[in-house]
Amino acid sequence: MDYPTLGEPIHKPLTELEVKLEANRCLNCYDAPCMNACPTHIDVASFIGKIATGNLKGSARVILDANAMGASCARVCPTEELCEGACVYKKDDSPIRIGDLQRYAIDWVMDNDVEIFTPGPSSGKHVAIIGGGPAGLSAARDLRRFGHAVTIFDSNDQLGGLNTYGIVPFRLSAEVAIWEAQQVVKLGANVVTNAHVGRDITLASLLKDFDAVVLACGMGRVPKLAIPGEELGGVLDALDFIERAKLGKDVGNLGKHVAVIGAGNTAIDALTCAKRLGAEHVTMYYRRGEAEMTAYEFEYDFAKMEGIEFRFFCAPKRIIGENGRVSAVEFIRTELVAAGEGVLESLMHVPKTIQGSEFIEPADTIISAIGQSRLLDTFAELGIRTREGVVDVDESLQTSRHGVFAAGDCIFEKGTREAMVVEAAEQGKVAARSVDAYLNDPSLRHGSGQAPA
Amino acid sequence: MANLQSNLAGIKSPNPFWLASAPPTNSGYQVLRAFDAGWGGAVWKTLGTPIVNVTSRFAALDYKQNKIIGLNNIELITDRPLEENLQEIRECKAKYPDRAIIGSLMEVPERGPWHELVKRVQAAGVDGFELNFGCPHGMSERGMGAAVGQHPDIVEMITAWVVEAAEVPVIVKLTPNITDVRATARAAKRGGAHAISMINTINSLIGVDIETWNPIPHVDGKSSHGGYCGPAVKPIALNMVNECARDSEVGIPISGIGGVSTWQDAVEFFLLGATNVQVCTAVMHHGFRIVEDMIDGLSNYMDSRGIGALDGLIGQAQNKITTWENLNLNYQIVAEIDQEKCIHCSKCYIACEDAAHQCIDRVLVDDVAMLKVDQNHCVGCNLCMMVCPVEDCIEMVQVANGLPPESWKQRSSTVTA
Ligand SMILES: Cc1cc2nc3c(=O)[nH]c(=O)nc-3n(C[C@H](O)[C@H](O)[C@H](O)COP(=O)(O)OP(=O)(O)OC[C@H]3O[C@@H](n4cnc5c(N)ncnc54)[C@H](O)[C@@H]3O)c2cc1C
Ligand SMILES: Cc1cc2nc3c(=O)[nH]c(=O)nc-3n(C[C@H](O)[C@H](O)[C@H](O)COP(=O)(O)O)c2cc1C
Ligand code: SF4
Repeated sequence: MDYPTLGEPIHKPLTELEVKLEANRCLNCYDAPCMNACPTHIDVASFIGKIATGNLKGSARVILDANAMGASCARVCPTEELCEGACVYKKDDSPIRIGDLQRYAIDWVMDNDVEIFTPGPSSGKHVAIIGGGPAGLSAARDLRRFGHAVTIFDSNDQLGGLNTYGIVPFRLSAEVAIWEAQQVVKLGANVVTNAHVGRDITLASLLKDFDAVVLACGMGRVPKLAIPGEELGGVLDALDFIERAKLGKDVGNLGKHVAVIGAGNTAIDALTCAKRLGAEHVTMYYRRGEAEMTAYEFEYDFAKMEGIEFRFFCAPKRIIGENGRVSAVEFIRTELVAAGEGVLESLMHVPKTIQGSEFIEPADTIISAIGQSRLLDTFAELGIRTREGVVDVDESLQTSRHGVFAAGDCIFEKGTREAMVVEAAEQGKVAARSVDAYLNDPSLRHGSGQAPA
Repeated sequence: MANLQSNLAGIKSPNPFWLASAPPTNSGYQVLRAFDAGWGGAVWKTLGTPIVNVTSRFAALDYKQNKIIGLNNIELITDRPLEENLQEIRECKAKYPDRAIIGSLMEVPERGPWHELVKRVQAAGVDGFELNFGCPHGMSERGMGAAVGQHPDIVEMITAWVVEAAEVPVIVKLTPNITDVRATARAAKRGGAHAISMINTINSLIGVDIETWNPIPHVDGKSSHGGYCGPAVKPIALNMVNECARDSEVGIPISGIGGVSTWQDAVEFFLLGATNVQVCTAVMHHGFRIVEDMIDGLSNYMDSRGIGALDGLIGQAQNKITTWENLNLNYQIVAEIDQEKCIHCSKCYIACEDAAHQCIDRVLVDDVAMLKVDQNHCVGCNLCMMVCPVEDCIEMVQVANGLPPESWKQRSSTVTA
């Protein structure tokens, strides 16, 4: 099936000449900083050196060995903040284009249908994975390489999680996300889609039927704005909106004015998506200032280039409707005031509304992108400990329940981990190793399936 | 502005940049284009009994993105009739009387044919001859080229025949495919040569195509060894030029050839003893126009140093080369890393650790590798400086050890005394 592309991709593949020039420019640093800056520790200098010698299979293997999500990471990683930000050439503003070179090597695998890994000899053990997004796929891939049988349960009808449904197609196409998931399936992972653990399958049955469980369910939908008028037609959840746009489903008539609430990377995706779908005025509203935006700087720059408008220091107060549909939003101005002690640096100042500063902005569609909620029901059903909605794990990524491990966005905690595909891939890898150790060492399995004291 | 006027054993040219006898001097059309571009002289593609060439004649050694750092060829001498070449020489000389045109010659090792060839070419108005005793393939199997150039007695004999018949200066072009080039250089001198030129190409095989297992280049699946030239051979050429320049039994001017691509290369050849330079590969790579910067760069360089004429460069560093036993054992340098310039790539660290003397300390400070030389153990080998990608980041600094100069020769004579 062909999915809509919504215009030109942000990054085009390098030409053969660019690849040669770029690969040969890499210094092959010793204990290279780029490798250390990559959350999955891909041996960057090694894979680039192999591209330079024409050993593309070897190059792809180096990448994929460290990171099962090498294809999507090459496209969606904030490389400016990671490997390329650490490249020694960054000092001269000309870091090696590591992400694009990675893409070149993996595209070669994709185009030539090359088999890189084979499953390990069967261990007789079977692991259940809840969620087939980047974290779950990464865990499943490595568990298959260790020789364990794997079954992935996902509530959606396609694998890939937010890679397939959430990240705008001009950054990552659904085709690539699905191809990447397919590589895990090819290694012999069983897949049960449209299966919501907690509703269609109980955890008790998973604990009974499987030797270990990896929880990789990500985060939930966008929470409610909790202001009057939210039930009106034309008020959308950013994730639903992007998903519909990405999979070619009807998004309805956006109208002339689209207001997006929030200033993170999801907001940027929703804004640029709406713009590319043809809305004339697409405006971001944020209750803090430009400096506090959580979107990466390069994402913000991208949004500016796409023609997005920005309004800072304003919070929505109520949504005004006409005939059951949004027509305007009332905002109130805000200012930042010092917060109490003991908060994260980024939260040192909190927005406070300014009495009597209300103003009204026209809006035909409102898209809420104020973050993602936590899947509290699922966690409760699993009987695992959480802290402020984040699944509690130890260093090995084991939850409070023996034999139940967790990876990806469901363990993402502001200020400690990042909600990124590459982090999810790394955690999936770590979880797979821990599960393997757990399955191979009976002493670790003591008390399996029971909540610890 | 500096005077670039050049004089090699009486052969004058407006600048010291000549085209070597090679594809760029194959025809009058090309030589006229070269003179239009500013070349001071041209050694015509070797004249003799026309041969038949094979197709697929050249191959290159590339290094990463650098194309043609070395070039290998299995081409022979001119494939055009002598009379046609001579007519074109006349035309070029008429249009550019101030430029040097040298007739490169190759003939079977017999006196009569050599005399005959010299007279015919001389009649075309050449300013000098260059005897090709260097071509390492094809011609050597027929008793010519390197087959001659590897035997000092034959070099001397043929040179003498040519000098008997020649009315203009005779240059002998030497092959590097010999253990000690001074042996053939001295033979040329004894035969009466007015100058020598070096180096011709080095026996080489560029490689094998690892897909087809055919040699590169291949002629219908087969190849033969070829002659190697281009930037990669410059160090070999410089050494041979210098060995001859310092040899009192040679004592005739030298035309330097081998890897000259820029005015800086030329300056190095001059400083080590060459009177002018000849260029082939760089023109094959970039065309005749490169001479513009060669002339301009050399001229600016000489102006900046207050050098008025080429004599101020030629041979000026030649006696800085000596034998190892004369080097000062008490001269001590150590590496120093400029922390401001360092980009923390750790190339110096791993090079010293794995291939030198384990004297660079690497400490991670906030995840950044800080590199420092343990100068007490540094042997001053230069390796770290060579691998460092940043210009002037690693400097070799002299240690004031207070010791007087002392060479191995001096030290061993004191020990045995
Ligand atoms: C709009 C948007 C843009 C983004 N852009 C980027 C980007 O540019 N770069 C980047 O690195 N990251 C980006 N991210 C973040 C990135 O997508 C996530 O960090 C990553 O997908 C997390 O992987 P995961 O496997 O933990 O979760 P998810 O990708 O959310 O996958 C979870 C999976 O679990 C399934 N699931 C959930 N509950 C259940 C259940 N009870 N039973 C069965 N299955 C269940 C879901 O269907 C889903 O398939 C973006 C996120 C969003 C929302
Ligand atoms: C610093 C240095 C020292 C060398 N010392 C020796 C030596 O002691 N014995 C030897 O047989 N060759 C010696 N060689 C020559 C090498 O073994 C080798 O023949 C040469 O470097 C060509 O190979 P390459 O192009 O891979 O460098 C030395 C080379 C280098 C660079
Ligand atoms: S830091 Fe840059 S130059 Fe060094 S190995 Fe990594 S990509 Fe190459």
